Amino acid sequence: MPEIVLFFLAKIKKLALHFKKKKKMKEIMMIYYMEAKSARISGRKVAWITSGGPVEPLIAMDIIPVYPENHGAMIGASKMGTDLCEKSESMGYSSDLCSYARSDIACATVNGGPIGGLPRPDMLVCCNNICGTVLKWYEVQARYFNVPLFILDTPFCHTGYAEEVQRYVRRQLDEYVLFLEKACGRKMDMDHLKAVGKLSLEGQRLWQAVLATTTNSPAPMTAFDAFYHLALIVTLRGTPLVIDYYTQLLEKMKDRVARVIGAIPNEKYRLLWDNIPIWPRTRWLSERLASHNACLVADTYTSAWCGTMKYINENNFFDSMAEAYTRIYLNIGVDEMARIVLEMVDRYKVDGIVMHSNRSCKPYSLGQYDIQKIVEKQRGIPCLMIEADMVDERSFSESQVSTRIDAFMEIIKQRKGD
Amino acid sequence: MKQTDEFYEILKDPVSYGRKMKKQGRKIVGYFCSYTPEEIIYAAGAHPFRIFAGGENIHFADAHFQSYCCSLVRGALEGALAGNLDFLDGAVFPHTCDSIQRLSDIWRMNVKGPFHVDVVLPVKLDTESARAYMIDVLKKFRNDLASHLRVEITDDRLKNAIGTFNTIRGSLKRLYELKAENPGIISGSDLYAIVKASMMMDRDHILEILPAVIEELEKKKENATSSAGKRIVLAGGICNHPDIYRIIEDAGGVVVWDDFCTGSRYFEESIKDNADLIAAIAGRYIERPVCPAKHAGIFTRGENLLRIVKEKDARGVVFFFLKFCDPHAFDYPYMKEFLDREGIPSMMLEVEDQLPSEGQLRTRFETFVEML
Repeated sequence: MPEIVLFFLAKIKKLALHFKKKKKMKEIMMIYYMEAKSARISGRKVAWITSGGPVEPLIAMDIIPVYPENHGAMIGASKMGTDLCEKSESMGYSSDLCSYARSDIACATVNGGPIGGLPRPDMLVCCNNICGTVLKWYEVQARYFNVPLFILDTPFCHTGYAEEVQRYVRRQLDEYVLFLEKACGRKMDMDHLKAVGKLSLEGQRLWQAVLATTTNSPAPMTAFDAFYHLALIVTLRGTPLVIDYYTQLLEKMKDRVARVIGAIPNEKYRLLWDNIPIWPRTRWLSERLASHNACLVADTYTSAWCGTMKYINENNFFDSMAEAYTRIYLNIGVDEMARIVLEMVDRYKVDGIVMHSNRSCKPYSLGQYDIQKIVEKQRGIPCLMIEADMVDERSFSESQVSTRIDAFMEIIKQRKGD
Repeated sequence: MKQTDEFYEILKDPVSYGRKMKKQGRKIVGYFCSYTPEEIIYAAGAHPFRIFAGGENIHFADAHFQSYCCSLVRGALEGALAGNLDFLDGAVFPHTCDSIQRLSDIWRMNVKGPFHVDVVLPVKLDTESARAYMIDVLKKFRNDLASHLRVEITDDRLKNAIGTFNTIRGSLKRLYELKAENPGIISGSDLYAIVKASMMMDRDHILEILPAVIEELEKKKENATSSAGKRIVLAGGICNHPDIYRIIEDAGGVVVWDDFCTGSRYFEESIKDNADLIAAIAGRYIERPVCPAKHAGIFTRGENLLRIVKEKDARGVVFFFLKFCDPHAFDYPYMKEFLDREGIPSMMLEVEDQLPSEGQLRTRFETFVEML
């Protein structure tokens, strides 16, 4: 191996050791992306995988998972989305398509964005439990990179979970393992996968515990914080790193609860967020709400990464992945989603809901009007609908959203007699 | 052609047609998209009736769907909420795209109807496990439907149904072939009307009348002069606009084939003989050209379009898309590139619910046809 490469690897290792003690999100993600980008040098494989996809088999095979959706969020948060979306439009993609997909497809051709593009994939793993868009998006990338594509097809569960669905998804898990074995040229160690599964479940439990701290009033963190801390449970689920990180975060939140420290200075109103964040506007929105003493205490988005633990069998993780990955929040009927929202309204004792009607995400957004009606009818709390986009700022009107937030907060204040 | 009047009448007012059938004591099962196993509905003694957007102004559906949802989904729900589909005994939703998936939920929650069945077919169609799952789903549909309609769907009835639909599909394909061979013998909009109406019309009746239409065209063929129109293929999802055929013809083009689910995808491939009838039905969906919401390989749709263009000796392709139809919009750049590489010109037209003004369209088509 050339000296420069050895030097580079040693440097990453040193950095990793250094940050292992501190465990800050930014550094962890930096190391993660550096490792992924140097995978070719270190001889490891890189798989691109959808955010709802089963990552555990990849971790067990020592394949580096890379998440274009997480990358999309980074692009959005760094306000580089509009340019990339425009670039994809010049490539022929309609401006009505998902902005994660649009910015990723464009980014792959120019290596742009906040981290200079994602590392080239050796394989693509697409699980359609979150949407049909990922199927089309991954087909585009399979053509572009000319690498094998595995599709884990998780049939939509309109009402309940059928036997034949379990059979089909379970069979595909075997196909998934075969696909990975072929890509890597070695066998999967099923015992190791079992161990990864345990860590994954443990990570999900901790993440759920972190999110549950905001049932306290004042909430020790906001949903905006959850959007930030989410990255690890999505990308590195099944590694010890996640356990360490969330254990520390949980301690910190519990300590804040014990000392009655709220995330915002004067929490008077508690709100629930629905849908993917408006990444380029999270800070603005957070400040805007805080100025009304309103705190987003929970959301339907970040809780999706610990929402199907009830289907996971700790002693038979592999088999139970079928149900756990099929019955996730976006792969169920609108009425069942409404039931989950109602539960969250009760558990987090919220005064209202802010719904992001996200032009990019049809499975998340179509149905929101019905959920809104159900919540308003059954709990009598108001819902604010903000029409925007998770990445593309051209769909965001600050003045309009601002006015609507003011009017919404006025209603909440009146209802609480303030 | 006098025979086509009947088809146009149904297209003009499908609601009255449905209600009339209902009055005659028929069970009517509404369905979405070309992945609905109509054979099973027919074998249950019910009439399969394909639901389209009715074209009325959106009023009720606005309370359920955002503006960035396609006009097919919004329009279909509008019709149901307005009470126009009161003649249905049930509705069947095959799983296709994200919007239809949510339409099914919202329909189930808001539209009063005797029964609602989801047929959650696999999304990928190129593996053995997907085939096995598809067979499971279709078997379940057969049982569900039988119990909802309180009938027995025997193998004999199913066999008969498969025969009926194979014949109808074969006839529709023959009509397309006749048109492709002699574009002048039937107008594009007449052919459109026949195919689309056949998804709503009494199947025994259509089975009876299509041979006469074919016969008449075969006769016309004898003295047909070759058409001067430039040969064009249409590609996309649903076409709800018969006018575009006329406008293309006026601009000097002629549509010789399509890749629409209201066109060739509806009738392509027949159901093969198989002792397991459900496996036979599943087999057709697996062989048939796919909707972009399904996966049969990463190049399949592009290759299929190229094959059509070459086989039908077409000079150009018009992509005709519904606005907000994600699966088609994702495939467009690569399919266009496939054509570009072969030097086949194409243009893209995206429609929300109304066609652009005729003058504007004519100019676009004229410019395009001149290029061919």
